[in-house]
Amino acid sequence: MRCPRCGRSRLVAHPELDRLAVAHVDCDAFYCSVEKRDRPELADRPVIVGGGSRGVVSSACYIARMRGVRSAMPMFTALAACPDAVVIRPDFASYARVARSLRAMMEALTPLVQPLSIDEAVLDLSGTEALHRAPPAVMLARLAARVEAEERITVSIGLSSNRLLAKLAAGIDKPRGFAVLGSEAPHWLAARGVRTLPGIGPAQERALVARGFTTLGQLQALGPREAQSRLGPDGPALVLRARGIDTRRIDPARETKSVSAETTFDRDLRTLPALEAELWRLCERLGARLRDKDLAAGGVVLKLKTAAFRSRTRTQRLHAPTRLPDTLFATARKLLAREIDGTEFRLIGIGAAPIRPGAEADRADLSDPALPRRVATQQAIDALRLRFGAAAVGRGRGLGDTGTGGARTGDVKTEPR
Amino acid sequence: MKLKVERGTLLKALAHVQSVAEKRNTIPILANVVLSARDAGAEGELVLTATDMEIAVLERIKADIARPGATTVPAAMLHEIVRKLPDGATVELSQAGTDAPLALRAGRFATSMNVLGVEDFPSMSTGTLPHRFVIQGAVLRALVDRTRFAISTEETRYYLNGIYLHVAAADAKSLGQGPMLRAVATDGHRLARVETELPEGAAEMPGVIIPRKTVLELRKLLDEIEDGVTVSLSETRIQFDVGDITLTSKLIDGTFPEYERVIPRDNASILRVGKRDFADAVSRVAAISQERSRPVKLALSKNLLVLSASSPDQGTASEELDEGRAQYDATPLEIGFQARYLNDITDQIDKDVEFAFSDGNAPTLVRDAGNPSALYVLMPMRV
Repeated sequence: MRCPRCGRSRLVAHPELDRLAVAHVDCDAFYCSVEKRDRPELADRPVIVGGGSRGVVSSACYIARMRGVRSAMPMFTALAACPDAVVIRPDFASYARVARSLRAMMEALTPLVQPLSIDEAVLDLSGTEALHRAPPAVMLARLAARVEAEERITVSIGLSSNRLLAKLAAGIDKPRGFAVLGSEAPHWLAARGVRTLPGIGPAQERALVARGFTTLGQLQALGPREAQSRLGPDGPALVLRARGIDTRRIDPARETKSVSAETTFDRDLRTLPALEAELWRLCERLGARLRDKDLAAGGVVLKLKTAAFRSRTRTQRLHAPTRLPDTLFATARKLLAREIDGTEFRLIGIGAAPIRPGAEADRADLSDPALPRRVATQQAIDALRLRFGAAAVGRGRGLGDTGTGGARTGDVKTEPR
Repeated sequence: MKLKVERGTLLKALAHVQSVAEKRNTIPILANVVLSARDAGAEGELVLTATDMEIAVLERIKADIARPGATTVPAAMLHEIVRKLPDGATVELSQAGTDAPLALRAGRFATSMNVLGVEDFPSMSTGTLPHRFVIQGAVLRALVDRTRFAISTEETRYYLNGIYLHVAAADAKSLGQGPMLRAVATDGHRLARVETELPEGAAEMPGVIIPRKTVLELRKLLDEIEDGVTVSLSETRIQFDVGDITLTSKLIDGTFPEYERVIPRDNASILRVGKRDFADAVSRVAAISQERSRPVKLALSKNLLVLSASSPDQGTASEELDEGRAQYDATPLEIGFQARYLNDITDQIDKDVEFAFSDGNAPTLVRDAGNPSALYVLMPMRV
């Protein structure tokens, strides 16, 4: 079958095509696609975007993926699998420019665009048919074409009735895909393994398999009471998701879920003073990042990766939202101190989660009389740095040797949800 | 050990000690109560003791002692059994030898309980308590009631998990002259400060932070007491002698914040409102939203207070308190507070509430218009 209008064979058919309005748009191997676009000579080479010899894979192109390279894989493993890969340091500013352009294209379709990360967003196109004089499916096909024409990268689109199913659909014929999940979704899910659901990782999969659940169909069969007794308090919600039910709204205002900063050391660190020094610098960067985005941290997430590549994540809610580096540091330091057990660490990161609006940051606290002065000090530091540069002024804690040598391998990154 | 004791007397004492006994069961014997029968001259007494190693309680009750002795049994179980005995029953406790089970008889009911030896029961050392004063039960009750709601439960800031009891110079507005005994608690959102005349013997005491659990146990004992309570303390321990009960507790080892700096001094916009009118209006308006994070908004203009609340899912509610019920003669103002925080404070106020505002974002001062001994500070929420 070919399209009667353009004659091409790339067709999407579904009986409910014109009734579905929630779309998940996901860029294909985003960082690599941008790099390949800007450096056409790399088009047929395996490309990995990631940090340094000790870093991890941020993004792998589809050629590299065919050789077994995966996101978040340590770089040396990736290079063992694919020795001729071209490794590129990420250029986040460039990716952010493309992401902004994509977002503008999506916002031309509907105001209900919620970015989930730099290269993913979910859109609610309900009620836009009259405006665009075309159903959502057509507008999304045009969006994909426009992205390819203007930004010269490809996206995969999933169209369904809710966020969960749209995300699953987007993965169905990636890359450059367009898939639809309608009322057949529960049946489609039933045959699939529990890992299909976003958010179920290896640990939860093992726990479910141990209880006898390997397919989503087995979960679908559970009633709410049975789900509770066999799967615990989160059981009923899990069963709903296994049936493809998702009531989350698309909320363009709440785009950012976490802001974080992390750094990989050139040599492994295991003592508190050495790790503390790194932590302080990250807290300063996280504070600055939160300030720039007019956000605040409602809690702190400390991330450590051991020399043996085991991740440790520790979280602590804050009494009140903050973006003061010393408050972030005081909280994170306590979490860090508990992890010091002789283990060598290769990476430390700190994140803010949950994210709160900037207006809530560091409001007067009756139990912290020194807070106004600390806020004023930070503002003075920020003002000096703005005028004379980041190195103009800092706290004594930030001086001294660093485990990352002179070269920064860390990156402050924002992970929109 | 062999003794007879009246069921009601025993039940009351067990109620006091069993709530102190350790429930988490990390050290099994800490779940037990020590029963110690003493021949104290003409009048025999039964001494009940329990501890979780943070708090210890000791209570003496009258009993007919036939044979002295001591043992320990699970506090919660003994309490449960005695509670279910008929009112007015006489309870007979007897133990044949040190490790023998403890037999309990009341009427035709009989039980035999396994014991743990009293020699294994840990004692919480008190050290010496160099400071000692006597305070009226009703006064201590007021200090506790007017501050305990503001105690923080957030464990990371452990130094806020109690009432800060200390000696302070009298505030200009307060009743007394010279130094006062002051109780302060805060969770960062609200702060309560209550003071009373300095009891004799308290002048040299160090400032101490009394843990929340101790405060709650003490408060139960104060329900029944009208006489004086003897308070003895050191830097690390505090002891309350309330009638025949002795409550001893460790203190929180921390520094309480310099709270005086957060108490606003220049809040000039004054609202006076009847406590009943205000508290009822807050409760009614807040009923529209079950979400704790949603504020009740106070909109003030000349002699008019409009309280309102809204919830995107439930709807809106408002209530006006106009001339005659609300007195306000300053710049119009809008400010929001968590309803529960407002009610916690008005619950401690007798008749009229006096608010002193600065603006919609700054800490607000709340007082009992008829009683200057207590002062509350409340952080507004964004409206």
